[in-house]
Amino acid sequence: MSASAAKALAILNARLLDPATDYDGAGAVLVENGRILEVVHGAGAAAPKGVEVVDAGGLCLSPGLIDIRVKTGEPGAEPKETLKSAALSAAAGGVTTIVVQPDTDPAIDDPAMVDFIQRRGAALGLVNVRVAGAATRALDGQRMAEIGLMDEAGALYFTDGDKVIANSRTLQRVMSYAAAFNALIACRPADPWLSEGAVATSGELATRLGLASAPAIAERIQLERDLALVEQTGARFLVDQISTEGALETLARARAKGLEVAASVSVNHLCFNEVDIGDYRTFYRLDPPLRTESDRQALVEAVREGLIDVITSAHAPAPAEDKRRPFAEAAPGAVGLETLLPAALTLHHAEGLDLLDLLRPLTAGPADLLGLEAGRLAAGAPADLVLFDPGAPVVIAADALRSKSKNSPFDGRRLQGKVRLTVAGGRVVHDGR
Amino acid sequence: MSQSDLAEIIRERLAPFPRDHFLSAGDLNAATVPPLLDLADAFVDFNRQGAKALDLMRGRTVVNLFFENSTRTSASFEIAARRLGADVTALSPRTSSVAKGETLIDTAATLNAMKPDVLVVRHGASGAAALLSQKVGCAVVNAGDGRHEHPTQALLDLLSLRRAFGDVGGLTVAICGDIAHSRVARSNVALLSMMGARVRLIGPPTLVPGDADRWGCEVFHDMRKGLRGCDVVMMLRLQLERMEGALVPSTREFFRFWGLDREKLAWANPGAKVMHPGPMNRGVEIDSDVADDLSVSLIQDQVEMGVAARMAVLATLSVRREEASA
Repeated sequence: MSASAAKALAILNARLLDPATDYDGAGAVLVENGRILEVVHGAGAAAPKGVEVVDAGGLCLSPGLIDIRVKTGEPGAEPKETLKSAALSAAAGGVTTIVVQPDTDPAIDDPAMVDFIQRRGAALGLVNVRVAGAATRALDGQRMAEIGLMDEAGALYFTDGDKVIANSRTLQRVMSYAAAFNALIACRPADPWLSEGAVATSGELATRLGLASAPAIAERIQLERDLALVEQTGARFLVDQISTEGALETLARARAKGLEVAASVSVNHLCFNEVDIGDYRTFYRLDPPLRTESDRQALVEAVREGLIDVITSAHAPAPAEDKRRPFAEAAPGAVGLETLLPAALTLHHAEGLDLLDLLRPLTAGPADLLGLEAGRLAAGAPADLVLFDPGAPVVIAADALRSKSKNSPFDGRRLQGKVRLTVAGGRVVHDGR
Repeated sequence: MSQSDLAEIIRERLAPFPRDHFLSAGDLNAATVPPLLDLADAFVDFNRQGAKALDLMRGRTVVNLFFENSTRTSASFEIAARRLGADVTALSPRTSSVAKGETLIDTAATLNAMKPDVLVVRHGASGAAALLSQKVGCAVVNAGDGRHEHPTQALLDLLSLRRAFGDVGGLTVAICGDIAHSRVARSNVALLSMMGARVRLIGPPTLVPGDADRWGCEVFHDMRKGLRGCDVVMMLRLQLERMEGALVPSTREFFRFWGLDREKLAWANPGAKVMHPGPMNRGVEIDSDVADDLSVSLIQDQVEMGVAARMAVLATLSVRREEASA
């Protein structure tokens, strides 16, 4: 492993896409000792002698994707997903950094667990495995977790994941305390009472389907509370998985007032709307539930305008036994690591989103938010790269995914965009040429 | 110096307390503090003698009324009063009439009818001492009211510092830990600032009031930054019920970031002194290695100074009452 890590690599004749510098043009990247040695703009760069050469053939070379919301089942639910199966999926999807969610069993709520996951991840020798720590102990929404010690151990941000911290005083204390470490807190905006038991967004469709639903304002209500607490405590904050137009308006107002809050969206909510649940296919049973087409369009616009900083796969493996159930009883969530890039490229092909604007929330956006060196094509940065063909047609076959769970809503869909090569830490971790 | 010489010095320095009651540090000012400390200094010397009986409060009655558990403060007041020749009665209403539903005012009225001269009171509610002072005819000394003030603690801390440094003017004092719930912190901020020290407050944001910077103190959440340039590090007791996830995630995390150990003490000025009002949570807010090192720790001094400072307060309050009745 270390021998190959030290090997030099030159990727020539590429179309470089670097959102950090807004560069979209011909170029080459030289890699040595796990880091980018040199980025050459313009055509015709030659490789030094003795270096492994990859001819990109004009394909796109961008920083490896950074996915900040990845659930695995390790520890506690390994049949669902292990760190290894998640890392293999990531590598195949051009994702070079995954941030594991804390809702494992036991939860990642102390420094020893953070250390454990990072070590297990590093031992795989695939992609970078980083950790989001729990905001409250055992995700109980009541007792503050060891944010300082986990921060020291390497946790990148703190969240209770899908669980909402309903108690405002607890969240106020968590935010206030975290501010001492300049630690980032992420919360899913969902009013817990309005959202209780809901599997769809309230509206004509949910009513017709007879599904328990929550109104879209459940998201806005909670976001208003969260932002008021951010304003009071001065915490660094990430709105996790924003999904409604109303919440986007709230976010925009807060930004206009000068509040520094970041927001993420799942690629699923950029690609699908509530109509997709029409035939009760449980792969579309997501959390937050799919929204209206107008919400989806607003989310796409928010990505285009930069209101949304991060796109995630919201990778949430669920085995067949949890999905082959009536819609309301099925486990929520979808796997997404391997399909993240072609799914996101839909926005480029179908919505006309510029490639740099699309890649920014997948690379430099999350890197800047989490203080990572990765996410940019720059000398000295970690050699985390993805070479892809943005136009290549693919038909997603869930059964062929590397994840241990096959719950992909993209199953059978025709998308465009194929990962040809994934390089993490200077090593080729996926070769799809 | 003989005992009679010391008694003479004490009599020379004896003056009336500036107020009828000692409820908060604000009852003193920059002019009245030094003579009070001078008197306390004389009591320190006196207390180091063999026989320690004075008659400055002979025939006077001091009632210790402690609604909250306390060992060291009530003992300190009791010893102080006895050495001045007063009669002392200690009451812990937790186990007596309060349990039967008597209100604070009822208790005060009952005690007042027994004509004590000084009422030393500790109560869990902020403002309780002030309320009592309005309802009784004797002098009231606040021995801690809720999270409001504990003025004799600040006075004894000041006495310890003056004896260690000569002068507190210009000293930089860091008060660290649970500021939000600490009456010791509030009294010390007031008294130290009054005497020209620069006060810093250091602790996690959940334990430092958001508006503490308006107390005229610099607020830090990082010990390394906060301790730089400090001459004195005053650690506060972290109440157990505030730990374990409510305001601080755990005792080990608190100790890692805000507990005073040798490494953190090295960030302060060379020769910096360590204080703690006690009782200490060893390994939580302070490492025994530092607390027990007599070359840096003033903690034992503080306990000794407590008796002398309280003698000074009781004796001067007594003088004021005598002059008022004369």
